[in-house]
Amino acid sequence: MTSNLLLKAENVGIQFGGLKAVQNVNMYLNQGELVGLIGPNGAGKTTTFNMITGVYQPTVGAITFAGRNLKGLKPYQVTKQGMSRTFQNIRLFKDLSVLDNVKVANHNIAKHSIVSSILRLPSHFSGEAKMEQESIEFLKIFGLDVYKDEMAKNLPYGMQRRLEIARALAAKPKLLLLDEPAAGMNPQETHDLMELIAFIRKEFNLTILLIEHDMHLVMGICERIYVLDHGQLIADGTAEEIRNNPKVIEAYLGEEVTD
Amino acid sequence: MKKSKAFWVFSALALVIYAVVQGLISSGIIDLYYQNILVQMCINIMLAVSLHIVIGITGQFSIGHAGFMAVGAYFSAIATMKLGLPLPVGLALGAGVAALAGLLVGLPTLRLKGDYLAIATLGFAEIIRIIFLNVDYVGGAAGMVVTNMTTWTYAFAGVVITIIVISNFTNSRHGRGAISIREDEIAADAMGINTTYYKVVAFTIGSLFAGLAGAIYAHNFFIIQPTTFNFLKSFDILIYVVLGGLGSLSGSVIAAIFLTMVTAFLANFPETRMIIYSLVLILVMLYRPTGLMGTKEITSLFKFGKKGGTKP
Repeated sequence: MTSNLLLKAENVGIQFGGLKAVQNVNMYLNQGELVGLIGPNGAGKTTTFNMITGVYQPTVGAITFAGRNLKGLKPYQVTKQGMSRTFQNIRLFKDLSVLDNVKVANHNIAKHSIVSSILRLPSHFSGEAKMEQESIEFLKIFGLDVYKDEMAKNLPYGMQRRLEIARALAAKPKLLLLDEPAAGMNPQETHDLMELIAFIRKEFNLTILLIEHDMHLVMGICERIYVLDHGQLIADGTAEEIRNNPKVIEAYLGEEVTD
Repeated sequence: MKKSKAFWVFSALALVIYAVVQGLISSGIIDLYYQNILVQMCINIMLAVSLHIVIGITGQFSIGHAGFMAVGAYFSAIATMKLGLPLPVGLALGAGVAALAGLLVGLPTLRLKGDYLAIATLGFAEIIRIIFLNVDYVGGAAGMVVTNMTTWTYAFAGVVITIIVISNFTNSRHGRGAISIREDEIAADAMGINTTYYKVVAFTIGSLFAGLAGAIYAHNFFIIQPTTFNFLKSFDILIYVVLGGLGSLSGSVIAAIFLTMVTAFLANFPETRMIIYSLVLILVMLYRPTGLMGTKEITSLFKFGKKGGTKP
């Protein structure tokens, strides 16, 4: 592998009791790639995400990110390494304002301590001002700055999805993991989302791993695609290769009838 | 800008309230009975606000707050009565030891969630109480005699410090970290918030001020007994926070004031006291299911034409 390897999963698997949810997953991501992860429902896509981000610890195998083994790191530590994510079922901080949602993810750009906040020392004010300013910049990119004082739960669905991506970006990731970003969106919204993903990727020099059911979206923007089925990788390659792969067709549509 | 304005308004208001009450006390218009109710009110406000940071802000359902109050009460009483230290030192010591107790209890228990955390904190509070019950040095079940030294000045200063520290904590990146845990712990973790750290910090700050309240309480009556700090006391504090509205600091303060007044008023009707008290609680929860203030703060009522109310 070349030196621009960002994420590598070797032989990763996880077992819940007797259930092998995911096994023998080998995948890699190069710097700047946009890679899709697809598969039927229950194939283990989100479980794979959870292992990469530290929510679950893999039972076997190793995950390396930017040359560092992620074993034993908690999710917040993984995030500090430069990885952040969105969730399949939106997990915004509902009762916080749109701006505060982004500020939470911006937590680590300011360094003022608890004591300086309680005593309202100058470092508190400069730190908070910096967070406020950067957070508004992120909101502007997503066209959400006009809603900054609105509570997150009051935003329409599509906006909530965008806010989740904005929040994930505010955590300053090198690798962004998007878990079904287009779920529940109409074709127009999905189209806008595709453009947005392409834009932020260029703007922030991101590497993106994307779970998605919308084949149009995946085939349209992903350079490479991994296919999971029953917890195992069954195929990987370009959109064209995946489309014609008999194993993938079988996983999605069932076996061909032979007579 | 607007935050510092709110701070100055709060300071001015605090000064005015203090001066007026102190004037009424000096001129003898407020007699000892009412003075005692006012001090009691201050203690309850401190307890409510110190539990608010744990339950309302960080979302950790702790029902063992009276335990930390007991630690503050006993250790400050030991400092002033046994060691002969001045009252301010006693208060600081009581609060400090309570914070330490909060840290020690918080580290293992805050890994639990929801109901399990509630049971564990309740258990720890009872353990603390039983320890005091069985130590003869502090008088055991008979209690410990403490000189009445608390004045309105100490009590009110305690309230002001509690509110300033906790509201400053809340309105900072640390407070937002704590609130994000309440809102969605998994997402908070994924956004780079060290959830265990902030839970323990909030719990420790809460215990510190519960300890301070306990210390002031200890020097307000002539005796402290372990039974005062049983789980019913913890529930009283919990009621202030829930009734005021989870997540609202001003709500906790208002609920503490309101319920202290109700209790003081009901002292005249000993037979029906608990029935009326319970009825008041039921009525408030029926008509204000999210508490008196919901998650809003009293300051947001004055911001006309602005939406959202997350910033106290």
